[in-house]
Amino acid sequence: MAGSTLEIKDLHVEIEGKQILKGVNLTINGGEFHAVMGPNGTGKSTLASAIMGHPKYEITGGSIHLDGKDVLEMEVDERAQAGLFLAMQYPSEISGVTNSDFLRSSINSRREEGDEINLMKFIKEMDGNMDELEMDKNMAQRYLNEGFSGGEKKRNEILQLMMLKPEIAILDEIDSGLDIDALKVVSKGINKMRDEAFGCLIITHYQRLLDYITPDKVHVMMQGRVVKSGGPELAKRLEEEGYDWIKQELGIEDETVGQEA
Amino acid sequence: MTVETQQLPFDKQYVSQFSEKRNEPKWMTDLRVNALEQADALPMPKPDKTKIDKWNFSRFKHEAEGQTISSLEELPQKIQSFLDTEKQDQNLVIQRNHTVAYSSLSQDLKDKGVVFTDIFTALSEHSELVQKYYMTDGVMVDENRLTALHAALMNGGVFVYVPKNVVIEEPIQSIFWQEDDEAALYNHILVVAEEGSSVTYVENYISDNEAEETVANIVTEVIAKGNAKVSFGAVDNFAKGTTTYVNRRGVAERDAQIQWALGQMNDGNTVSENVTYLMGDGAHANAKTVTVGRGEQKQNFTAKIVHYGKDTDGYILQHGVMKESASSIFNGIGKIENGASKSNAEQESRVLMLSDKARGDANPILLIEEDDVTAGHAASVGRVDPVQLYYLMSRGIPQHEAERLVIHGFLAPVVNQLPIEAVKNQLRDVIERKVY
Ligand SMILES: Nc1ncnc2c1ncn2[C@@H]1O[C@H](COP(=O)(O)OP(=O)(O)O)[C@@H](O)[C@H]1O
Ligand SMILES: [Mg+2]
Repeated sequence: MAGSTLEIKDLHVEIEGKQILKGVNLTINGGEFHAVMGPNGTGKSTLASAIMGHPKYEITGGSIHLDGKDVLEMEVDERAQAGLFLAMQYPSEISGVTNSDFLRSSINSRREEGDEINLMKFIKEMDGNMDELEMDKNMAQRYLNEGFSGGEKKRNEILQLMMLKPEIAILDEIDSGLDIDALKVVSKGINKMRDEAFGCLIITHYQRLLDYITPDKVHVMMQGRVVKSGGPELAKRLEEEGYDWIKQELGIEDETVGQEA
Repeated sequence: MTVETQQLPFDKQYVSQFSEKRNEPKWMTDLRVNALEQADALPMPKPDKTKIDKWNFSRFKHEAEGQTISSLEELPQKIQSFLDTEKQDQNLVIQRNHTVAYSSLSQDLKDKGVVFTDIFTALSEHSELVQKYYMTDGVMVDENRLTALHAALMNGGVFVYVPKNVVIEEPIQSIFWQEDDEAALYNHILVVAEEGSSVTYVENYISDNEAEETVANIVTEVIAKGNAKVSFGAVDNFAKGTTTYVNRRGVAERDAQIQWALGQMNDGNTVSENVTYLMGDGAHANAKTVTVGRGEQKQNFTAKIVHYGKDTDGYILQHGVMKESASSIFNGIGKIENGASKSNAEQESRVLMLSDKARGDANPILLIEEDDVTAGHAASVGRVDPVQLYYLMSRGIPQHEAERLVIHGFLAPVVNQLPIEAVKNQLRDVIERKVY
């Protein structure tokens, strides 16, 4: 089988002593695009952050494996080097570090010492990807995310995705704050990544992104669990009918975390 | 007597002989002798929250020769690395201990009337010009005991004079190399930019004395006349044995601009004051300073901009990284005098702590005597942000490298403003050496 497999089993996560995820199960294989949907506050970003190793999130149960390797045992940089990538909902701003220096360090961190990427090749590739994402060229020399608009930050996350070419990418609300033209551009970039070796988990609380990126599987999160899974038709039904029918079906009154059914 | 009046082995006779030996104009001899007479009665400077009474200000060698050179290749590599040695027609003064080892100024600038020489040559060739500005508008002889001692014992430095409307594109550079481990630099830098002129000046202080003690007592005065523009860059890198008192003072007249970019990378105890007076309407000052403290080092940094003219603009940035048991106080002071309406004072003081034993204080102070003004300050003391590290590491960058990026980024405001590539790289290297 081509690509990697990310396997999440019965994942329990706390933040500042508060239980957020209460047993998430999810498996993503290379070549598959999964969508995780759900209203605000249902634990989607918590799932993404726990997979990547955000320092504030504590794993209290369950497991995450990438091709059989225990992800929870890895440092954050090791997770990235193993092939994971997270486009963050709120990327950090880092003053004094240019976007281009940062990208080059990132790429080189996945290569052997002495085998650093050729500067010309790097610039050419970055230029090409920036064209694709219709990004202003001077963004390469600007400080990392500093003073970027919401939309610029999202494009910059996708630029990193395209440059780093991970095995499994998680895209957290990559569509929020984008107008329809920007959404098309960003989707084009993501779709370009599609091949049998690349797995992707798209987190969104709007259906509209899925008009441009067709998922193979759709999962709905509520109260810190995946409460329903299906094919692309599930996303369509959510677009037409909203989330209420799922809540009714499962007897959920308040879908956010901390509100038990 | 208390330690505060540490006795110096220099008397009136020594000082006047020192002056006469150099054929200084009489006004200078008088100024020195007067200053020495006042010194004993004057108090030591009192930097806020830093006790300096036990610091060495008295043990040093006042005179030390250095070798002259005829070409830059004769310099050791560590000094050459501060220079763009490829460049023809350099505007460069290299001072080795108290000897001018090398001095050059492009013919074009000479033809335009620009002066760039060591301070002693200036005293003999441009005595009146120097007298007009030497410790008259910027730093006063009797501010404290150390400014008086500076005036009495001045033993090096440079004079830069830019005539009216002359715009100098290429930067002017000085290297002050304290090659003798005990040689004290009582350096005086005087930069005068006449109306409508523009100049970029960069200086480096270098020494290697780890155990041997000495003193650097430096006064810099920058006079920017109407509409003039002075950009002043520095990398201070005295070794552990040198105790430094450095006063960098600017005076900006109407619509003048003074920009400071100071990389304060000494390894010894340091008191640094950087003050700019915005005298004329529309004057503008931008004072950026970065530092790294390490070892047991104690430092006190004041960056102050005083607004007298209307519609003046002052911006202060102080960024410090503290490791091991180093301790630093950062005083950022914006002062708007009565009458300086429509003025704006902004300041930012930030300290990154890399160790539990280090100490860093950021004290932003706004003193405002006028209603119709804007002002703002931001200050923080903290560790490297774990969420920033997480973001960088999530792209595969190891923690150590991620911290390095954040720290270099934090100190970048000064690095980026330095106009000479070689000096920029040197500052980056010094940061790298001091942090790791
Ligand atoms: N820093 C925090 N401290 C305490 N609770 C938090 C924190 N961050 C998030 N939460 C809680 O976790 C829940 C899930 O958040 P999140 O995973 O961001 O949801 P989503 O991405 O689905 O909108 C939120 O409803 C909130 O109550
Ligand atoms: Mg979220």
